[in-house]
Amino acid sequence: MDYRSPLAKALGLGSAKAGTSHWWMQRVTAVALIPLSFWLITFLDLSLNAPYQQTIEWLISPLNTVCIVAWVLAVFYHSALGLQVVIEDYVAVESIKIISVWAVNLVFLFLALAALIAVFRILLIG
Amino acid sequence: MAEFTLPKNSVLTEGKTFKAPAGATHIRRFEVYRWDPDSGENPRIDIYELDMDSCGPMVLDALLKIKNEIDSTLTFRRSCREGVCGSCAMTINGKNTLACTKAIDAYADTVKIYPLPHMEVIKDLVPDLSHFFAQYASIKPWIETQTPPPADSERLQSKEDRAKLDGLYDCIMCACCSTSCPSYWWNSERYLGPAVLLQAYRWLIDSRDESTGARLDELEDPFKLYRCHTIMNCTDTCPKGLNPAKAIAETKKLLVQRQQG
Repeated sequence: MDYRSPLAKALGLGSAKAGTSHWWMQRVTAVALIPLSFWLITFLDLSLNAPYQQTIEWLISPLNTVCIVAWVLAVFYHSALGLQVVIEDYVAVESIKIISVWAVNLVFLFLALAALIAVFRILLIG
Repeated sequence: MAEFTLPKNSVLTEGKTFKAPAGATHIRRFEVYRWDPDSGENPRIDIYELDMDSCGPMVLDALLKIKNEIDSTLTFRRSCREGVCGSCAMTINGKNTLACTKAIDAYADTVKIYPLPHMEVIKDLVPDLSHFFAQYASIKPWIETQTPPPADSERLQSKEDRAKLDGLYDCIMCACCSTSCPSYWWNSERYLGPAVLLQAYRWLIDSRDESTGARLDELEDPFKLYRCHTIMNCTDTCPKGLNPAKAIAETKKLLVQRQQG
């Protein structure tokens, strides 16, 4: 039997004083990804249809490098923020929730690092 | 936690059918959710055929006719019968609304009446709203000031500032919006839900209140506020035509303004 008052349950552990940055950055990265996605589409088009050398030449031009790196950072940050919301919505068991959120964060961090290192390897080695 | 199937003891069974009296010409069919906590049985759907020639125009009139003339065990909340008390909130043909302001003629065929969704049922159409009203109390829905009131008058408010409360003070806390919100279904232990967040915003933008910062502090939480994903069921279902989703969006804007502005 739970003898806590309804108000005690409603107040719970109080406010986490967080969430605004998470919500705001999800929107900022979403807007940033609209223009950046044109670089991704161009890059995918080159990757599939152009010779390797031409793709490399496109990628090592400074603006294209910056935009592809920005896309990588924005897309993995945005994905981690978004998946965290989905997990928080549907996973109720606190331990599984925390482990899932951090597993997602680490996977996306790893993927972002792998993508960045791939870009820089191409820049340096060709 | 998201649960997509009903627990065994909540699965609906077939109930009794009450035929219309012989000679009735204008008959409407009502399917009503029934559950008696004392019986130990699963909830059932009872079917009532009513003679509309001796029934009022609203869904609440039909429920009252059933209770008065056919089956006095039918249990539901009602009080004002004019949409200001919020007692008779229930799900009618799949949409949360007030039985007293919804005309039977608004529906073409059978009228299906259920208690508000995803709440514990006390009996028949009566849901347990203890947590809902405790959440309301938790946002301190009263004016908080440090400045003492003027000695010879009330606290003044400009007409423009008073106008900001329109569409907010009208909320009657019927719980139609909160119980239509999937986020509230999954996380109502912590998510405050649209009704309570609309009330919270009502005090955030009251020009006489001096506790705006503390109120924002209390709301700034991934669960209390940010479970709102602008699904908009709240605004769609509100029987008073209010817009809780907008009040929540404005609250989020205040928080961003405080942090980034």
